[in-house]
Amino acid sequence: MQVSLFITCLVDTMFPEVAESLVHLLQRQGIQVDVPMGQTCCGQPAFNSGYFEEAREVAKTWLTAFADSEYIVTPSGSCAAMVIHDYPILFKGDHKQLDRIKKLTQRTYEWTQFFVDVLKVEDIGAKAHISATYHPSCHGMRLLGVTDSPYRLMRHVEGLQLVDLPFAELCCGFGGTFAVKMPHISTAMATEKVVHIAETSAQLLLGLDMGCLMNIAGRMKHMNTHIPTMHLAQFLDRASSDLPILDNREGVNIK
Amino acid sequence: MNKQFDERITHALTDDHLHHAVNIATDRLRTKKAQALTKIDFAQWSERGREIREHVISNLDYYLTQLASEVRRRGGHVYFCADTTDAVEAIQGVIQSHHATKVIKSKSMVTEELHLNDALEQMGVEVVETDLGEYIIQLAHETPSHIIAPAIHKGREQIADLFSQVANRKIASDTPSLNDYAHEVLRQKFIEAEIGITGCNFGIAETGTVCLFTNEGNGRMVTTLPPVHIAVMGMERVLPTLADLEVFMNILPRSATGQQLTSYVSLVTGPRAHDELDGAKEFHLIILDNQRSQSLGDPDFQEVLQCIRCGACLNVCPVYRQIGGHAYGSVYSGPIGAVLTPLLRDDPESAELPYASSLCGACYEACPVKIPLHDMLVKLRARNVSRGFTPPAERLAFQIYKKTFASPKNYRLAVRSLRSVQKWLMKNGEFHSSIPILSSWSKTRSLDGLSPLTFRERFAKGLVIDQITEKLPHVARKE
Repeated sequence: MQVSLFITCLVDTMFPEVAESLVHLLQRQGIQVDVPMGQTCCGQPAFNSGYFEEAREVAKTWLTAFADSEYIVTPSGSCAAMVIHDYPILFKGDHKQLDRIKKLTQRTYEWTQFFVDVLKVEDIGAKAHISATYHPSCHGMRLLGVTDSPYRLMRHVEGLQLVDLPFAELCCGFGGTFAVKMPHISTAMATEKVVHIAETSAQLLLGLDMGCLMNIAGRMKHMNTHIPTMHLAQFLDRASSDLPILDNREGVNIK
Repeated sequence: MNKQFDERITHALTDDHLHHAVNIATDRLRTKKAQALTKIDFAQWSERGREIREHVISNLDYYLTQLASEVRRRGGHVYFCADTTDAVEAIQGVIQSHHATKVIKSKSMVTEELHLNDALEQMGVEVVETDLGEYIIQLAHETPSHIIAPAIHKGREQIADLFSQVANRKIASDTPSLNDYAHEVLRQKFIEAEIGITGCNFGIAETGTVCLFTNEGNGRMVTTLPPVHIAVMGMERVLPTLADLEVFMNILPRSATGQQLTSYVSLVTGPRAHDELDGAKEFHLIILDNQRSQSLGDPDFQEVLQCIRCGACLNVCPVYRQIGGHAYGSVYSGPIGAVLTPLLRDDPESAELPYASSLCGACYEACPVKIPLHDMLVKLRARNVSRGFTPPAERLAFQIYKKTFASPKNYRLAVRSLRSVQKWLMKNGEFHSSIPILSSWSKTRSLDGLSPLTFRERFAKGLVIDQITEKLPHVARKE
């Protein structure tokens, strides 16, 4: 099986370790991983701001980059939702592009759904004696239905104590350009999210979208709340190798 | 952002009372809704509801004609009003023809659209709201801050203070005391009123019936005690048959308040007949367009007319949760308000409302008739772009975005350039909070810099090695 990685621009430029972890996890399942170098961004920032013409130009680079892929897997529910849910809106009436989109989106997966639904793998042999809470990101949860798959993966991690996050379904306030356009409301939402995370007393916050985690972690730092945040792919990669979950500099060393 | 919108948001975010009251109330409504949904196959009822609403909106001319002719056949009067002025004049006309000076109302959002109370007071008519929440905000000279719970932003203590001030004596803040005071005042108003004005949850085309859902029984009093009843409805609030109403009796209360059934469901079919003992002797139905028909036939926005005004989208909206309803500056608040207002009131100020959403999709998920509010918010933003309503700096930014991201080569170049200059923009490992584009983010949140190498660069260089399997990545596919 050949999987093309759809690595979002945010992960590519700021959090490459998340993508690397995903490579490791896939390879350990015996999967051939390739990375189309023609990919840039899915076009979501422009689309969500209403700049459809600009978004279409960027979306076309995505469609070209992945044209030959067998499976397309991404560590972001939001970017997968852009392709699966929003591209048909963006190219409404353009039958040529819609045909291309249909073919590609049938093979595009948010990575936890790919593991659970396609590979039928829930237990990757991970161990971590740590307590963690999980923030479900909105687009993955609501536009793609990524609800069960992360829990299935997390429940199979030996030693992991999963703590419920109060008001988990409330948005963290990132919303891409929303955080810049409505900074006061966005900050208030992030503040509330941080307060709820702190209430859990968990040692770690897990999530599936680096946009949300960046927003939450950025707000935590300003609020002097020190709870490490980590993408689930990175967590599972570390928990299934001999790497410590958290670096010493975070003040917690689990293994 | 226009200054007033910004000020309203800032004001709301610093109002702790508001924040507390809105959080408690919406949390309660949401929890009750979740509980109420477990008892029936809600998804099935909801899908049936969506189908009926979609069918009605697609055939609205037919059902409106049927509704009007059925109302007239039973001796009622019908007024099709193109805009708010027409509607206010029609209502004023009825009141004047009776030389009436005392009007009681049952809660109606559509009369808020008309600013009806102001218009009637200006002609010397006393108007009293009889829904407790609506009565509270009338005393406070405010507008509703929620579609179904107009005084949601007020705590019990604030309401007690308000009542004490009006009554000129101390009213305790427990629910029975507050209710007793409202009863005492309103009972007399019910008896004296010459005209009753209500909204209309649904107009039933088949029978010419106006249907009202209330929890205090005030709707029943307003429609039956005064000799004249005026019902005001948005033109989209039609259902084909009484049988269809069953579906919405299941959906609306559950979505709105988490009740299995509203305490009072009043069905008013025309004026009192000769052999009937109660009810108004005269019945007038005002059907308001006010830009609604603009959305008919528009594939992007027609579905908004399916809305049954349950307010479920407000109760789950994280933005509404932070700023409450008044910050939206319009009759309808929350996600539905952010979509509906720019469609009903096509001006640059309303055009900003769709940005007050993080596009989290909670509204779409909560909507019992599945209006794609999430997609509509984006489409309204796109409409702003195509009309040139967006700031020049933003347009330029997205031109640059397109040039950068539509070409893999430009993308790599941009990343390299930013990486080489970022050290000048950073302090202690994070972006400086004074950089113009980033400042709105970095004032309240830290932001790390770009990685020394992108993932794709690392992959292409063969640096992505798994320590466990010692496997190298397989292919870095060319462009």
